[in-house]
Amino acid sequence: MSEGASYAEVMARRGEIVRKSIGLDYERYAMGTLAFDYERLLADTGYDVETVAAIQAHTAVGNTPLVELGNLTELVRATAAPGKGARLFLKDEAANPSGSFKDRRASISVHEARQRGFQGVVAATSGNYGAAVASQAARAGLGCIVVQEAFDSRGVAQPEIAEKTRACEAYGAEVIRLSVGPELFYVFLRVLEETGWFNASLYTPFSILGIETLGHELAQQMKQRTGAFPDVVVVTHAGGGNLTGTARGLAKAGAVESTVVAASVDLSGLHMASDRDFNRKSFTTGHTGFSIPFTTWPDRADVPRNAARALRYMDRFVTVTQGEVFYATQALAELEGMERGPAGNTSLAAAFALGREMDRDATLVVQETEYTGAGKHPLAQLDLARRMGIRIGRGDPRTSRPGQAIVIPEHPSQLRVEDVDLDHLRRSYLRHALAAVPEGAVLEEPDVSFLAAETRLDPSTVQEVIDEVRRTSR
Amino acid sequence: MGERVVKGTWVELHGIVLAPGERAPQVPEETQCVPLEWKVKGFLVRDAELGEEAEVVTPAGRRLRGTLAQVNPAYVHGFGPPVPELLAVGGELRALLRERRSR
Repeated sequence: MSEGASYAEVMARRGEIVRKSIGLDYERYAMGTLAFDYERLLADTGYDVETVAAIQAHTAVGNTPLVELGNLTELVRATAAPGKGARLFLKDEAANPSGSFKDRRASISVHEARQRGFQGVVAATSGNYGAAVASQAARAGLGCIVVQEAFDSRGVAQPEIAEKTRACEAYGAEVIRLSVGPELFYVFLRVLEETGWFNASLYTPFSILGIETLGHELAQQMKQRTGAFPDVVVVTHAGGGNLTGTARGLAKAGAVESTVVAASVDLSGLHMASDRDFNRKSFTTGHTGFSIPFTTWPDRADVPRNAARALRYMDRFVTVTQGEVFYATQALAELEGMERGPAGNTSLAAAFALGREMDRDATLVVQETEYTGAGKHPLAQLDLARRMGIRIGRGDPRTSRPGQAIVIPEHPSQLRVEDVDLDHLRRSYLRHALAAVPEGAVLEEPDVSFLAAETRLDPSTVQEVIDEVRRTSR
Repeated sequence: MGERVVKGTWVELHGIVLAPGERAPQVPEETQCVPLEWKVKGFLVRDAELGEEAEVVTPAGRRLRGTLAQVNPAYVHGFGPPVPELLAVGGELRALLRERRSR
């Protein structure tokens, strides 16, 4: 990397760098003291579901198969009360060109970058999104740089991220691999500044609008297959984009009654910026280390206003353990003949427990899979975990401890979900929102309406929480 | 003297972005005390020695300078040995379905 500005200097210019690299004037959408016109920010891009679908069809993205999981449904019914056990379906997003739903997000960003004459795209991501951007950029003839958090101070790479490095390089991208730390954002900003390329952030309107087709497609496929929209859609939840885009797409298809459930792997207790904890996580995404902070404050992202606003769209939020996801991954391979990546199967593990509570004639859709391979596989993750001194055994998954013990269930009846208290998350969101308000600033009517939409609380409850927070913080 | 590497070879450079004293204030103690490192691959612009300063052109067409760390670096991630705790799962589940179907 060339000599350049200091950390503090570059971070001080972040607003200007990000604005230039996305080309959106977020200020135009500001309302009141803290609010902004979310719907108009998205609508003004001009990408409706049909336009997005047409662009994606051009690059072989989307239109992925919807698969009924007959054997897993039977397995769920084997552990359910009489009359219970929903029909399980799976949207096989691994069928996208780079092997995950992230191609949907990347396709619109890359399309936009090309339309506006950018020479290349830059993305800060250690996951599937990097490969997706690299793949889409390759097709569009644009340059691509991916910035990853990839290895710890001993040089040990997370196997899943090592595979992402390889995939990005296979698509012709430059990959900047970094050791552990949130200063990745500083490197990312410097690359944007040095290249003048497009910021293919995961959190722009383009990224979220690209995912709407996923919800839209699955609603239509279910209607065609079963005669009705799905009762429940389970979404693996990390930064919030997958959930936001899918829920918006469902609504646009008319599936407004479908319950949207967020599912994350429980990694509580492991610090996301810790060099020590980095390789004690057997999942690099879809976990609570992202989903809790991003649900309670989406505007911590690399854009001024995050277009992924999960709290607006989730009806329920559950967690599962690492061992349960590995078990579900094994079950999908051995009972349905579909070997898929573990991170995408987080919602599949949750589906076992959720499906068990539902009636037999009800339907549940697990809305994504991801590709699997070297590094990106339960074997690679468990092998690393063992080398890191983490205990691996069979038993009740409730006895697992992130970073210390991974427990593979002994029976499908042991798969459970833990509910995350949405009311608690809503209050936490409001505390974050108020903390961002300048001292002495007054909240106006548009602010209260905005916070009500953000939290799905009624305006009077929002006002009560605001008063309570302000009283206690004085 | 390090190994001589010829121009045009696919290599990996290594460098330090932030030294231990320069880390962001919010990072935890164990991260504060180690540097933020970077690694990038590209084609060597001119002959160089392993362990010495070198310049590459990356696949994105950028010229970057750093310490020449590896020549034609291998992808070493794999699957590792089969995990006994997972090996048994398929058989157990198939048995469970068989039993249910024979009832």
